[in-house]
Amino acid sequence: MRDKIRIAAGQGFWGDLPDAPVRQVEDGPIDYLMLDYLAEVTMSIMQKQKTRDPKAGYARDFVSLMKQILPACVERNIRVTANAGGVNVEGCAAAVREVARELGLAGKLKIGIVTGDDILGRLDDLLARGIELRNMDTGEPLSTVRDRIQSANAYLGAEPIVAALNQGAQIVITGRCTDTGLTLAPMMHEFSWAPDNWDRLAAGTIAGHIIECGAQCSGGNCQYEWQSIPDLANVGFPIAEANADGTFVITKHDGTGGRVNMPSVKEQLVYEMGDPHGYITPDCVADFTTIQLADDGPDRVRVFGIKGKPATETLKVSISYAAGFKAVGTLVYAWPDAYLKAKAADQILRARLDRLGLRFDQVLTEFVGANATHGPLAGEPSPDLAEVQLRVGVRGNDRKAIERFTKEIAPLILTGPPAVTGFAGGRPKVEEIVAYWPALIPKGEIRSKVEITEV
Amino acid sequence: MRIQLTKLAHARSGDKGDTANVGLIALRDDFYPLLVREVTAERVKKHFQGICKGEVERFELPNLGALNFLLHESLGGGGTLSLMTDAQGKTFSTALLRMMIDIADDEAMRLGIS
Repeated sequence: MRDKIRIAAGQGFWGDLPDAPVRQVEDGPIDYLMLDYLAEVTMSIMQKQKTRDPKAGYARDFVSLMKQILPACVERNIRVTANAGGVNVEGCAAAVREVARELGLAGKLKIGIVTGDDILGRLDDLLARGIELRNMDTGEPLSTVRDRIQSANAYLGAEPIVAALNQGAQIVITGRCTDTGLTLAPMMHEFSWAPDNWDRLAAGTIAGHIIECGAQCSGGNCQYEWQSIPDLANVGFPIAEANADGTFVITKHDGTGGRVNMPSVKEQLVYEMGDPHGYITPDCVADFTTIQLADDGPDRVRVFGIKGKPATETLKVSISYAAGFKAVGTLVYAWPDAYLKAKAADQILRARLDRLGLRFDQVLTEFVGANATHGPLAGEPSPDLAEVQLRVGVRGNDRKAIERFTKEIAPLILTGPPAVTGFAGGRPKVEEIVAYWPALIPKGEIRSKVEITEV
Repeated sequence: MRIQLTKLAHARSGDKGDTANVGLIALRDDFYPLLVREVTAERVKKHFQGICKGEVERFELPNLGALNFLLHESLGGGGTLSLMTDAQGKTFSTALLRMMIDIADDEAMRLGIS
């Protein structure tokens, strides 16, 4: 048994730097590579892909990445935990198996497949048995959107990933599971942490929270002395150097850009935080008010003292449903009086929409360059602003009305205020909205399944 | 004297549905008690007038020298429903840092704030 392992984060979201995981494998020593691919609405996109093609429905990027790094992973025994499976974990694993065989790795590795998160086909049964899956934010019962649901998945925790690692899987592919579970599982496996050792599980969970957004804890999007953070074009993604006693160090490979220090780690710790006393995951409840940080040399922050509490009796479920349509149109107005011109154009546009009798659930106007991000806090815009972008969005259930709106933007160039540009992109696109419905389900309703396949 | 929060703290913000969270972190440990005293939930609610339509909750993290604020009903419905440029509340961090707070001259001197 090792007493220390290095877990590297390779993707902060689906679409993060494609070469980051390759760099993590090649630029220094690591034991585990953790890859998070699933944002809240990613599952519905994958569900749609699978409807069109039964072989699709997972993160294809993961397969091409494996093609690049699998030989090195096998050679150096680097193990991978990834929620790349989306709504077709078996399909994803089959594609990775094929890539491994092409690379001549047959007989040299095992792939772990974690399923059981997908409850789309069980929804009516669950509802019929009185499990209402009420929206955690609004309290509404799921029946209000039942006919529009596109995907439904429970968040699995670290436990099934640990089971796969215990059975010798080098690559573990899951569907919907928590980002933090992907980091915690290697620690539970290596250090034989009991599933009720809440302090240890909380420590591994918080390590996961710190590295799950990739470079956002190692210098990216960091406000603290941002101008002095070196070489972000070569930013090093984070590595959690975990010890069996539940302490860990956040660091990055030598020779990479960015910065790991107490402020950069603190900024990530508070990111998307709710009540810090109770950060709830399937594995435990972590208490962020117990976290202690200490400088541990250049680009190293030691984290210790973490306390946890018993896990809850429920799992979070992420459900996606169709929620109408939206479109956003923009035009740019130049000095002088750029803001006043943009404002006048907005009034003309709104009057036109009224005349046409178009009804929307919401119309939002923003003035980018004046107050789009900070609203009234930005103060009254100066008449000397070099330019202002008018940005108008509409949302509603009537697709035709949204389409008609998209035809009202470009004409403002010839019919509205002067010194206007920025329309080369053509008409705005109508987007179908897939909205997110968070709910809770009793843990007993979800049984994860772990399968190990040899390549 | 009046001082802008950006001289005392850094911050990061994000979203959970229609709620924005802002983590406010003291630039120095000895600034933290000042933040606790001055940057109350009520003041933050008032600061975000016209932006935050719901309640503001505040949590203290003395171990990190940080305060966490939850600004409910602030993101135009949140997630994919929102039409806002900043539907994820990423810039609420610096919006909070615009806040001006009053501090007694002798306290400012003791903390080395000018």
